[in-house]
Amino acid sequence: MPDVVPIMRMGPDLLVTLQGDLDDRAVEQIEQEVTDQVARTSARAVLVDVSGLAVLDSFVARVLARLVSMVRLLGADATLVGISPAVAITLVELGVSLRHVNTALNAEQGMGRLRRLREGDASRWAGHDDRG
Amino acid sequence: MVATVVVISGESDLLDVRSALRTAAERAGLRLTATTKLVTAGSELARNILRYATGGQGTVTIEECTTRAGRGVRAVFVDQGPGIADLDEVMRDGFSSGGSLGIGLPGSRRLVDEFTIDSMPGRGTTVVISQWDR
Ligand SMILES: Nc1ncnc2c1ncn2[C@@H]1O[C@H](COP(=O)(O)OP(=O)(O)OP(=O)(O)O)[C@@H](O)[C@H]1O
Ligand SMILES: [Mg+2]
Repeated sequence: MPDVVPIMRMGPDLLVTLQGDLDDRAVEQIEQEVTDQVARTSARAVLVDVSGLAVLDSFVARVLARLVSMVRLLGADATLVGISPAVAITLVELGVSLRHVNTALNAEQGMGRLRRLREGDASRWAGHDDRG
Repeated sequence: MVATVVVISGESDLLDVRSALRTAAERAGLRLTATTKLVTAGSELARNILRYATGGQGTVTIEECTTRAGRGVRAVFVDQGPGIADLDEVMRDGFSSGGSLGIGLPGSRRLVDEFTIDSMPGRGTTVVISQWDR
């Protein structure tokens, strides 16, 4: 079990890097810690990088999906990044649906998605200003 | 051929099951996708033992096997839990007596090349899975 939950702050965002093989308790501990930090720091977005994770079975997938919904309830955006082709095939055949979870190929594309979301927000606000 | 036996009696044993399966898969030369599927299926079956077998006790025996398709890995999950009365029922997607998603058994069957489940109510359950490269 990791002593330190791998959460890195990047401006208004949090990058969570999952590494190696995690037992159930560690996964739930990380879930708890990330939600706590989102609330405490009013983070705007969370990227969860699973590319370093050895397996993503139904339990881990379920906790990650739950984490994503909790982060959203706290008003932040959440994206799961770094699902490898082997893990993707495995999840589909296993029957785990991550339908309601935003995903991106890797952390870089995940950041790109956030940037686009924000630019979209910014131009919407600019539009309001024009009218006002 | 040497078999590896992992005792499944606590949550942390899931890590040992997964790493023993991965080692065996790599030794047998399975590719990454076949390996990932095998390890994931094994993780589901080991978790079922922890959750549903009496006292959460069981074992998995892992060995290399040779099939027509080449080298592969066979893993036998055994427990002396309550067993399963209706195998058709538990192999259906969405059936769970534990308020879960009910995908562990049917999902594992889809992930591996061979899957057999055998159970004696009151005696226990045995699940055998094998994986080789397709
Ligand atoms: N080793 C076992 N001994 C006794 N009953 C079992 C065992 N494994 C599975 N079962 C029974 O079969 C059902 C289906 O198992 P399966 O793994 O498909 O779903 P689940 O464990 O309930 O949910 P999930 O795996 O999606 O979290 C279980 O709910 C349980 O009733
Ligand atoms: Mg299960």
